[in-house]
Amino acid sequence: MSQITEHPAHLQHHFTDVHQQAESAKLGMWIFLLTEVLLFGGLFCFYAIYRSWNPDMFHNAHAFLNVWMGATNTVVLIVSSLTMALAIRSMQLGKRKLTMWFLAGTVLLACVFMVIKYFEYSHKIHLGQLPGKWYFFEGIAGTNPHIFFSAYFLMTGLHGFHVLGGIGVITWLFIKTARGSFSPEYYTPIEMTGLYWHLVDLIWIFLFPLFYLIG
Amino acid sequence: MKDDAAQRHILPLNLYLAVGSGLLVLTVITVVVAQMDFGPMNLLIAMGIAVIKATLVAMFFMHLKYDNKIYMLVFSGSLLFLGVFIIFTMFDTLRRGDIYEEIAEPYLKEAVIYRKAETTTALSHPAADTSNTASDTVTSDH
Amino acid sequence: MEHTIPEKHYLNEATGWKSWLMTLDHKRIGILYMIMVMFSFFLGGVFALLIRWELLSPDKILMGPEMYNQAFSLHGIIMIFLFIIPSIPAILGNFVMPLMIGAKDVAFPRLNLASWYIYVIGFCFAVYALFTGGIDTGWTFYTPYSSESTTAVIPILTAAFVLGFSSIFTGLNFIVTIHRLRAPGMTWFQLPLFVWAIYATALIQVLATPVLGITLALLMLERVVGIGIFDPAMGGDPVLFQHFFWFYSHPAVYIMILPGMGIISELIATFSHRRIFGYKFIAFSSLGIAFTGFLVWGHHMFVSGQSDLAAVIFSFLTFFVGIPSGIKILNWIATMYKGSISLDTPMLWALSFLILFSIGGFTGIVLGTLSIDVHLHDTYFVVSHFHYVMVGGTVMAIFGGLHYWWPKIWGRMYNETLARIAVVMIFVGFNITFFVQFIMGTQGMPRRYATYLPQFQGMHGFSSIGALIMGVGFLLIAIYLIYAIFKGKPAGPNPWRALTMEWETPSPPTAGNFEGQPILEHGPYDYDKVIPENALKPYKTI
Ligand code: HEM
Ligand SMILES: [Cu+2]
Repeated sequence: MSQITEHPAHLQHHFTDVHQQAESAKLGMWIFLLTEVLLFGGLFCFYAIYRSWNPDMFHNAHAFLNVWMGATNTVVLIVSSLTMALAIRSMQLGKRKLTMWFLAGTVLLACVFMVIKYFEYSHKIHLGQLPGKWYFFEGIAGTNPHIFFSAYFLMTGLHGFHVLGGIGVITWLFIKTARGSFSPEYYTPIEMTGLYWHLVDLIWIFLFPLFYLIG
Repeated sequence: MKDDAAQRHILPLNLYLAVGSGLLVLTVITVVVAQMDFGPMNLLIAMGIAVIKATLVAMFFMHLKYDNKIYMLVFSGSLLFLGVFIIFTMFDTLRRGDIYEEIAEPYLKEAVIYRKAETTTALSHPAADTSNTASDTVTSDH
Repeated sequence: MEHTIPEKHYLNEATGWKSWLMTLDHKRIGILYMIMVMFSFFLGGVFALLIRWELLSPDKILMGPEMYNQAFSLHGIIMIFLFIIPSIPAILGNFVMPLMIGAKDVAFPRLNLASWYIYVIGFCFAVYALFTGGIDTGWTFYTPYSSESTTAVIPILTAAFVLGFSSIFTGLNFIVTIHRLRAPGMTWFQLPLFVWAIYATALIQVLATPVLGITLALLMLERVVGIGIFDPAMGGDPVLFQHFFWFYSHPAVYIMILPGMGIISELIATFSHRRIFGYKFIAFSSLGIAFTGFLVWGHHMFVSGQSDLAAVIFSFLTFFVGIPSGIKILNWIATMYKGSISLDTPMLWALSFLILFSIGGFTGIVLGTLSIDVHLHDTYFVVSHFHYVMVGGTVMAIFGGLHYWWPKIWGRMYNETLARIAVVMIFVGFNITFFVQFIMGTQGMPRRYATYLPQFQGMHGFSSIGALIMGVGFLLIAIYLIYAIFKGKPAGPNPWRALTMEWETPSPPTAGNFEGQPILEHGPYDYDKVIPENALKPYKTI
């Protein structure tokens, strides 16, 4: 391998070359995503079992979610995924300014997502639809409707935390990009964050029909 | 250099835009379809569309189609084990009380909260009857 | 031949406590883990002796029933989450695995150090719980009791939750290391079998542990908010908790045993001086165990009220788990056949493993049989079964591994005579303690009770004596091993004449592991082709 002799600043000592380092990071990231899938998996299992036990209650309860807000948020996240992908592409082409624009766009869309979530949540809290002990709402027919809202708040809540985390990391990437830390040779952090961000999108793609579109 | 092949797939801009618009179109479709009633197919259709969308994201945005196949393996592995988890658990939860048709009493009378009298008739699945009050199944096997 | 300790090595290359607490060296992190994990083993052992002391008589000796519940819960939680799960991967995996594959370090050294700090945080939560009410739910945290118990359930759940992340990070790190950092020329089938075992373990760690995390988080929420998933009082289903819990915890028993099996493969090959028999079978059976281990968790729930369909499926699948373990046992025995076996201390541990683990595994099959388990569930038969696999299996393996790699880790030899005495004490003490428990179990002695019918007093007393013998044995080990660190005879690079790569560096290794990039020259078990160099003593044969 010819590039062993060149020793870029970002190469850590226990790797022989940047290629090995980048591929290690990527494998590590994918395994991290795998653990994320299984972490959410417990909640999906929770959802699946209680829905199979109480299909009617789930149907009745879901009517209290606002499809349009959910759909808007789906669109927002998909577009932010696109801007994230384009941010990586721009860095691959060495267009630093463009990368910054796309990263900023991604953060902005993520914030829009959280604002919409805020309105949804506060409406439900107002109605007394928080899970468990805090559930006071009387208008849903079926057994234990508070469990629907447990699932709803847990799954969208955990997802929301991931969005918040993403906002933090992407902002950090934005600053690093502005400082010129990345180049077409080295942009691993952007690429890894991209993978993470797409997974967050991917989970939402399932949450949306599961909660907002129960037929 | 093999680095470039493995590491950097600079996909054409149009591809990204096409995938993005595909995802948006599918979102519209799934919302529209949800307004109609296909009975038990509702869930299947909604999930089918979600799976297509997820595949698009994974293949193109996450580059699985172009990357080393090991990443595909890792990702499908996570889904496989998640599937095992849910399906095997359902072997239990959907089939409680198959052999012994006992009518179990909930051992905590107040166990079922918010039960509304008018809805107890509407439940379709046989398992659902016994597990309205999940607690009653606990005693069913003894 | 006399050996000397090299002048510069990883232990003295930097000094001061900061150089330890900030270290990124996988070898030093392994030692940091060793200190914490062995201390936990000591704590858990103290609780074990308290339990056995109480059981000398059906009447109250030390503690009443409430205290007793706390004692066995803490014993279980400490032994499982603080000792046995991290033990082999985090100590020996960390120290040896990168050396074995000829790497300078693990793929993510910072993450490695972070995982140790996370472990320490989890440890602190457990200690905190100990002093703020203890815990009396058993290590399984079954609902509905765990959502009602007034003991410190939340802190202990937090501890287990945090420890889970430590385990995930270790697993993630090892998978990437084994994929990406092997020495040039080292193919998958030239990996030592310990590395295969660590790899399979790491797969389970990353696949199963997140589910434990979410389960414990849900249980905490159930207690605090009443989300209605596990607690029947809120419309939840307590049996569902058992599914969630065992989806992690059955695979977790393979997190415990697989690395032990990896150690045994190394020991048997080295001390039989013979090419390991059925290399690929052993390697793939590790993956086989990892996979089938995910399909059988319901065998812990045969009398929980799960559906009959599920019980039958889980019982049926459980029989398949025995196959890969059986394959390994047969291959180890075939390796020893006509080998020139040296009975050094590590090999004695390996032989103990073979005997005890086989008993543990077979009784597992017995328990997996639905109709039998209905009677044996929650009796001492189960207690005995899992101690035969966890102590007879994993603990024998970890001590075998420690004795095997001790000269590599510290560069010095321990006292062989004392070591042999200790292994015999442990083996005998173990069987005295646990074999009678099979008998008590079949006679109906239930587990987790502070008292018992008078007819069991003889056997309980016998069992307690065995526990004392084991306790003394472990103390003896601690004494001569620690003594060896400072005063032992220098061991030289390859005291056992082994062929895996970690023996090609000096003992203790240098900070960067190898001089330059090591190149693989022979396979790990090519005893028929290569004569190992640097041997301390000639072959001993039986
Ligand atoms: C051949 C492989 C094995 C089989 C078929 C097997 C089967 C079983 C079964 C059926 C039970 C449930 C008994 C009951 O509660 O009624 C059980 C319990 C247990 N097994 Fe195993 N087992 C095997 C190997 C192992 C190994 C390797 C370990 C650990 C290193 C282990 C640790 C345990 C533990 C900790 C429990 C008790 C859990 C509890 O209720 O507290 N087993 N085993
Ligand atoms: Cu099991």
